[in-house]
Amino acid sequence: MKYLRQFGLVLLFSLLGELCRFLIPFPIPASIYGMILLFAALGLKIINLPAINDAGGWLVSILPVLFVAPAVNLLSSWDALKEALVPILVVMIATTVIVFAVAGLVTQWILKGRKGDKKDV
Amino acid sequence: MYDFVLNSSFFYVALTLAAFGLGVLIQKKCKLAIFNPLLLATIFIMAFLLLTGIPNENYQAGCQALTWLLTPATICLSISFYQQFQKLKKHLPVICIGVVAGTIASLGSVYLLCMAFGVDESITASLLPKSVTTAIGVALSQEFGGIAAITTAVIVITGVLGSIIGPVLCKILRLKDPIAQGVAFGTAAHVIGTTKAAQMSELAGAVSSFSLTFAGLVTSILMSVLAQFI
Repeated sequence: MKYLRQFGLVLLFSLLGELCRFLIPFPIPASIYGMILLFAALGLKIINLPAINDAGGWLVSILPVLFVAPAVNLLSSWDALKEALVPILVVMIATTVIVFAVAGLVTQWILKGRKGDKKDV
Repeated sequence: MYDFVLNSSFFYVALTLAAFGLGVLIQKKCKLAIFNPLLLATIFIMAFLLLTGIPNENYQAGCQALTWLLTPATICLSISFYQQFQKLKKHLPVICIGVVAGTIASLGSVYLLCMAFGVDESITASLLPKSVTTAIGVALSQEFGGIAAITTAVIVITGVLGSIIGPVLCKILRLKDPIAQGVAFGTAAHVIGTTKAAQMSELAGAVSSFSLTFAGLVTSILMSVLAQFI
């Protein structure tokens, strides 16, 4: 029963997330609302970690598997991909470097409050 | 037999699990980030569908049970997020500023490059959430008219890329602080980068784990706010 109860709790937050998405006219996905609500519920001690940790941890651990089917869908969007392949590759590589550098350097710069780390930004 | 396979739901789910299992096995043997299980499983299944002539529509319909679990599983990311939040309390302000800076850099640079290339709007929407974790990124992509499949592929490849060039970038940029390293890996390369950060140090791993979820939240809020103006 433990897993069923925990899974039920997760579904409850999924439902609340969908409800928020339905009621609030803002393009935020249902799962984000669900995440924020679950975080708030944990923070406010409305539910405690052991009440959701086992089923929740399992669900997170299978997340990558759940994305196989969406990724296989590339077969159906091949045309859109083919047309923009070069831009996509450039954006992917360039922005990964940029984001890594900005996030890391800004953090380190604040931590040390020192000059000399400001390259590239 | 072919008819049975064509419409069986358990067959496709089992196929997916098997393909993923094989991917995990290969990664364990090779220990290379490029051999990402999700990437490998996707390639295996694509090859299988093309070879057998089974339509992708049938495969997608058969995997609906898995796809259904996406929202509940995504919501559970909050659990480890909450745990890291408790653990990292005193570093939180710095981490949050770093993540927000990285996220603005991400959205800005993706948007500008897409404009420069003049790509289709659906491609831009597919690329904007490229640095956040798949669960959040794909939901965002769909919300803004992107193509989920492209977003999934780009996110996974971004993660792999980030975890490969991350250590090199740390040297070039002289990122020595584990907190700065964690923020960089988590913001730029989500879960896959976090695996690498955790290998570098425990603190970097924890910070990266927090940063990846926070970056996802910041990205979704920024995207929906900016969407009102653009």
